[in-house]
Amino acid sequence: MFARFTAGAFTGAAAIVLLLAVPVTGAEAPALPGMVIVPAGIYRPLFRGEKDPKEISVPSFALETVPVTNVDFLEFVRARPQWRRSQVKRLFADPGYLQHWTGDLDFGSPENGARPVVFISWFAAKAYAAWKGARLPTTAEWEYVANVGFTSVEGAKDVDFRHAVAKWYGTPAPDVLPQVGAGRANLFGVHDLHGLVWEWTSDFNSTFVTGDARGDTGVDRQLFCAAGSLGNGDPTNYPAFMRFGFRSSLKAAYTVHNLGFRCAKDL
Amino acid sequence: MVAAILKIRSSFLPKLGAGFFMLAVVLSGTVLGQAVETEAGIPKSAASKIVDPEIIGEEHAVPTQAPNVPPPIQRKHPAKVIVELEVREVVKKLADGVDYLFWTFGGDVPGSFIRIREGDLVEFRLSNHPQNKMPHNIDLHAVTGPGGGATSSFTAPGHTSQFSFKALNPGLYVYHCATAPVGMHVGNGMYGLILVEPKEGLPPVDHEYYVMQGEFYTPGKFGEEGLQAFDQEKAIDERPSYVVFNGAVGSLVGDNALRAKVGERVRLFVGNGGPNLTSSFHVIGEIFDTVYQEGGTVPTQHNIQTTMIPAGGSAIVEFRTDVPGTFILVDHSLFRAFNKGALGMLKVEGPENLLVYSGKEVDAIYLGKQAPENIAAGKSVAELQAKVAMAIKSDPKIAGLNKEIQMEKGKRVYLQTCFACHQPTGLGLPGVFPPLAKSDYLMADKARSIAGVIKGNTGPLKVNGSDYNGVMPPVLLTDEQIANVLTYVRNSFGNEGDAVTTEEVGKVRAEIAHQ
Repeated sequence: MFARFTAGAFTGAAAIVLLLAVPVTGAEAPALPGMVIVPAGIYRPLFRGEKDPKEISVPSFALETVPVTNVDFLEFVRARPQWRRSQVKRLFADPGYLQHWTGDLDFGSPENGARPVVFISWFAAKAYAAWKGARLPTTAEWEYVANVGFTSVEGAKDVDFRHAVAKWYGTPAPDVLPQVGAGRANLFGVHDLHGLVWEWTSDFNSTFVTGDARGDTGVDRQLFCAAGSLGNGDPTNYPAFMRFGFRSSLKAAYTVHNLGFRCAKDL
Repeated sequence: MVAAILKIRSSFLPKLGAGFFMLAVVLSGTVLGQAVETEAGIPKSAASKIVDPEIIGEEHAVPTQAPNVPPPIQRKHPAKVIVELEVREVVKKLADGVDYLFWTFGGDVPGSFIRIREGDLVEFRLSNHPQNKMPHNIDLHAVTGPGGGATSSFTAPGHTSQFSFKALNPGLYVYHCATAPVGMHVGNGMYGLILVEPKEGLPPVDHEYYVMQGEFYTPGKFGEEGLQAFDQEKAIDERPSYVVFNGAVGSLVGDNALRAKVGERVRLFVGNGGPNLTSSFHVIGEIFDTVYQEGGTVPTQHNIQTTMIPAGGSAIVEFRTDVPGTFILVDHSLFRAFNKGALGMLKVEGPENLLVYSGKEVDAIYLGKQAPENIAAGKSVAELQAKVAMAIKSDPKIAGLNKEIQMEKGKRVYLQTCFACHQPTGLGLPGVFPPLAKSDYLMADKARSIAGVIKGNTGPLKVNGSDYNGVMPPVLLTDEQIANVLTYVRNSFGNEGDAVTTEEVGKVRAEIAHQ
């Protein structure tokens, strides 16, 4: 029932009409509160091995419109004590876990409530999503939606969108994060994929290991120097390079001051 | 415990094949190890440590900020050297009124200067400041190994990576961040120099300085104020707004200039971070006595004016200062120096040495070679013109060429030749260029005016009561043109006089030639 979209090549007036006909922002009941239904589409990976497909089909799924907040996460740690700061296993979260909170069940000033939760490990994010009856988005899902612009499904052709995305990388990290939802929504009604925090994906560290052409020792090497521009879809998509670079610098127990997450759900 | 993690990790990747699963085993092991080790700070993987029998002792390197260089290494044996560098993303000055979000090794551009000795075992710790946005790593060109250390030092914000390498090859090497997109990381300032001193050391000098060139790509033009961001399009097109030494316009100028005294030996460790441009490094007024081209260990050349430094490369240059003064460091690709900031200064103090350099001995007026030649050429032209004039005069129709036509033609000559000094208004410039308008000097003596145009007019003269003492060079005009232009000025700007004929000009020119 959903039209198929590609983030890479999308042309023609007829297709745009189709897009506008898609109930993107709530004409249909969302799978969960706070989520929108993302129409099925195609993601063209930035990096791929020789034997990997050029395109990955992304079935329609539900995605939270904003990242998970401190308020949301407090609810979770109340219900699941093993994920409280003092009780989490070191195996699942490094010592920085929730370090911006003032206590196990206290995220500090009330304004922090609507800010994205950060200093979160992949394990914790995954556990939160499961508790919600949801899951983390895959990298393909996340990137597919992140490449959708404000006014065009092809963000690369949306000048305002491109500038907004690039701006984040040219400005210093703020002392205090903005609250979620402040960023302009993309065409699918999703906020803050750019310009707020990095976000975990379910397969954050699998991007470079699907091709066997470079052998097992080449896991990360593609990201370095000029090798980083070999075999990728669009060598001028610097923000995407940076996202892939960031993800592959992570390990699942890591926590970072500007790394949060949002949930997705199958339909 | 490994099995437990495997279960977790394999469960979220159901679509990937067995090949990935095998790799996941390896990665999971790492996750396990890392999580445990992080508690203790720097991870210690004892299994991978191999004892190097050459190594004696352990020390911490003390990297320096440009333009300073750590002192020469005194020890005569290899040692274990611990190098710690912190990556910081900081807003700093790129030029007056212009800020930029630099990505740095150590808080400054270029990154800290690291000095080690050939054969040293370097334990390198790269820390990524917790407030940074980006992951970073380091590729040291001094490292023999995959990625120059890049793969082993890839570090998320708030983490530290460690790897070790043996400094097999002496030389002056660039290091830089190699995280994708690498051009952007380098373009934001992530480069520096590491000197691997040869076993025998470098010859002693009085001063060692650290200079590194790099270019910046901003949406705004050079000098456009405010916080400027990285401009991807300009970077790809290799059109920088800034080409600078040591990270900012003016970082080696004025109070920040490099300094030396007369008779001292100076060594510059010069790097080029790029990311795109090759530098034509030159010091105005100095000749490099010795250049270690491309940062190698052999003094490859003596008596060099300009040395090429490729992006991602270096050079060592040495010279003795012989005379005092300010010596300007430039990228001799000159628009970079004068329009994009690639300028630095070396200030040398001490007594003059007039045998080497005299300073200005003569300041005199020079009229150019053309003056006598012009007169000779003018003479032949004048003879021809005289013949033409006679021919014209003998033809009553053409002789009708009247004063008005002369004035029209003369005006064109004036606006091409005379106006620059005497001004379109004929008023000249007070005290500098005498007026033609209502000029008593001009109108008093027609022959004198003709002679002035032909041979120039230099020295003191009084016009309308004001004194002038300037230089009017000979004007390259035919007799007819002179006749026309003098007719014009003698009948314009409030002047009233008769026409000047070509014959009159020819006659004066002939008199001059006879003198």
